[in-house]
Amino acid sequence: MHKATFEQRPNRVALFVTCMVDMLYPGVGIATCELLEKNDVEVVFPEEQTCCGQPAFNAGYRNEARKLARRFLSIFGPLVENGEVDAVVAPSGSCATMTSHFFEVLFEESREEELRRQAERLASVTFELTEFLVDVLGLVNTGARLQGKAAYHPCCHLYRELGVDDQPRKLLDGVEGLDIVDLPHADDCCGFGGLFSIKNSGISAAMGRAKARSALQCGADAIALCDVSCMTHINGILSREGISCRAHHIAEILNNHLGNSLRPPSQPEPQQPDHPRRWGD
Amino acid sequence: MQVDFNAPYKNRVQQALADPNLRVAVSNATDRMTDARLASMDAVEGQKLRSQVRQMKQHVLRNWPDYLQQLESNLTRNGCTVHWAEETEDAQNIVREIALQNSAKLVVKSKSMATEEIHLNQALEEVGLRVVETDLGEYIIQLADEPPSHIVAPVIHKRLEEIAEVFQDKLDMPPTREPTKMTSLARARLRQEFFAAGMGISGCNFAIAETGAICIVTNEGNGRMVSSMPRVYVVVMGIEKLVPTVEDAFLQLQALCRSATGQNLTVYCSMTSGPRQDGDVDGPEQVHVVLLDNGRSRMLARGYGEALLCIRCGACLNACPVYQEIGGHAYGSTYNGPIGAVITPALAPEISRFKELPHATSLCGACREACPVKIDLPRLLLDLRSDLVQENASPKPEAWGIKSYASLMSSRRMYESLGKMASIGSNLYAGMSGGNIKFMPPPLNGWTAYRDFAPFVPKSFRQWWKERSKLRGQT
Repeated sequence: MHKATFEQRPNRVALFVTCMVDMLYPGVGIATCELLEKNDVEVVFPEEQTCCGQPAFNAGYRNEARKLARRFLSIFGPLVENGEVDAVVAPSGSCATMTSHFFEVLFEESREEELRRQAERLASVTFELTEFLVDVLGLVNTGARLQGKAAYHPCCHLYRELGVDDQPRKLLDGVEGLDIVDLPHADDCCGFGGLFSIKNSGISAAMGRAKARSALQCGADAIALCDVSCMTHINGILSREGISCRAHHIAEILNNHLGNSLRPPSQPEPQQPDHPRRWGD
Repeated sequence: MQVDFNAPYKNRVQQALADPNLRVAVSNATDRMTDARLASMDAVEGQKLRSQVRQMKQHVLRNWPDYLQQLESNLTRNGCTVHWAEETEDAQNIVREIALQNSAKLVVKSKSMATEEIHLNQALEEVGLRVVETDLGEYIIQLADEPPSHIVAPVIHKRLEEIAEVFQDKLDMPPTREPTKMTSLARARLRQEFFAAGMGISGCNFAIAETGAICIVTNEGNGRMVSSMPRVYVVVMGIEKLVPTVEDAFLQLQALCRSATGQNLTVYCSMTSGPRQDGDVDGPEQVHVVLLDNGRSRMLARGYGEALLCIRCGACLNACPVYQEIGGHAYGSTYNGPIGAVITPALAPEISRFKELPHATSLCGACREACPVKIDLPRLLLDLRSDLVQENASPKPEAWGIKSYASLMSSRRMYESLGKMASIGSNLYAGMSGGNIKFMPPPLNGWTAYRDFAPFVPKSFRQWWKERSKLRGQT
């Protein structure tokens, strides 16, 4: 996929927050917003946005997916085309894959050439958060501090569709006090897979438990990742299996949302940050 | 618990997941094969090799009828008899006819997925022939009366102990766990079968169009015995398994060996260019080549031509986390793993006959990364899911659910109300304790059967944004 190069450092972006972050993990959206603003990038939040349509596309319902894709393009397309924003940033590799890879597939199939071209133009300025921070803004250190042991899990869409892997790892390396350990079989899927987790829940959970075993094996207090969907799955498994390790979205780590330390469970609760925490117990 | 091949999909998967030995056997073996593949591909310019093989196979597919004609005329020129088989029954009848005409009683076979695809053993046994598999892995599962569970490692689902039990039970082997003793016994038995067989049958790893040569790749040498010792040799080849030139054949051989077993080259690569000529000291008197379509042209016409590039190395199975969890038998089809989930429905007269398979994947893409021909398997699986929806083969509640979701998400107002309701509802349900939800009603019980779910937060991101904007005086 062709990515735009910027002559000047982008100073205004549209936030594609994704429906899951909006409704389930607002802290991730807030962290994303603050990370961008701290680095002198103004954030625009188009409030008409809902869902990109990935669940429908993933399940094979392309007409329904196209309906939501058209809607998404009508919201974000004009912002980019009129020069109101320089780029679109999403705190999700999976949703960014949907809008920047699969929209074109959808409109190619329906032979809507104008929409396909619009999707292509939007794709060239759409970035996953860590990709934007590192590749576009040239950031490696966000000034974050966190004590503890963390392992990075590359989410499949981010890693294999967008080819983003070094960027989040570099940013994690820049977190002061954080001890990064290797997750065994790191690039094995966690088993989420959208509808797969319901339709084939037994297989999906078995894959999730394999990921949980890897987390135990490397002794990480936390798994850092870039997608809240995989995070929901991994945490659901960890919680059910009684394992104290938790998955956290990288934005919350980079924006100091997790307190000072990834504490072991026997120690007292650290000061709660202002932002809502999830997966408390 | 063993997987019952004839049980419904859901039961097969449950049986596979309930067998802890299966997961250990399969994941250990597949991890080993993956490591070997990566090392072997890294030793050459693996990425370049993948691109070259892909280009070559694409070229074949673009000129498919021409190369098939060229192959047929060169095979005929070499003295082979060429048969065209459109469907399973046609292929079965052709091979049966050849056996009966030559009064063969015993058939020795080299491992072949194409013959598994047409259930050839069963078809021959029905007319009174005895069929013996001579690849060690195939021999073991034939004794155990099971289908292969992996494209190149048919007995991958069994541990050494289980294989020893099969040998003790079926071959009266004295109790032992020593692989060398077990293989020696199999070798001694199989040697007698080779001498006695009236007909040999193999598949074909690739056929060379410009020379009319059939190539089979093995590690045990059984392929060469099958193709040279019996009086009659029959090759069953899928019509996509051809390469234009000898150079192309060696290109594909490289990719195949390195991707399948991580070997730079297999122990044997046997080429047959027709029956014994005057003055030859050995070789079969007759060579028959059955060119098998069995849905391949249908697959191309349906838009799944990409899957015809497959060289059957099994690398995608080894890389697949789903295959690692459930093994091959749970798929319930001749071909399993990611490529099986694509070609089983795509080859079938009706895609919907195998409607579970395109969903038996998390679409993680590890298969595409492993494929020596770079087949875009996740994309093909997505396309099949779309075809299933088009054919109304999806469950009605699912269709209704997705349509409702798409409508709700088409309106900001409805989306926001839905979020508020979910937040209030899920928190009430979780008892306002901030605890996680452990049970949800169907269909969401699929989630809570194995995982917890945290309730929705009271305040969404958009509310935070609105309040902040208000504070800043922006609205």
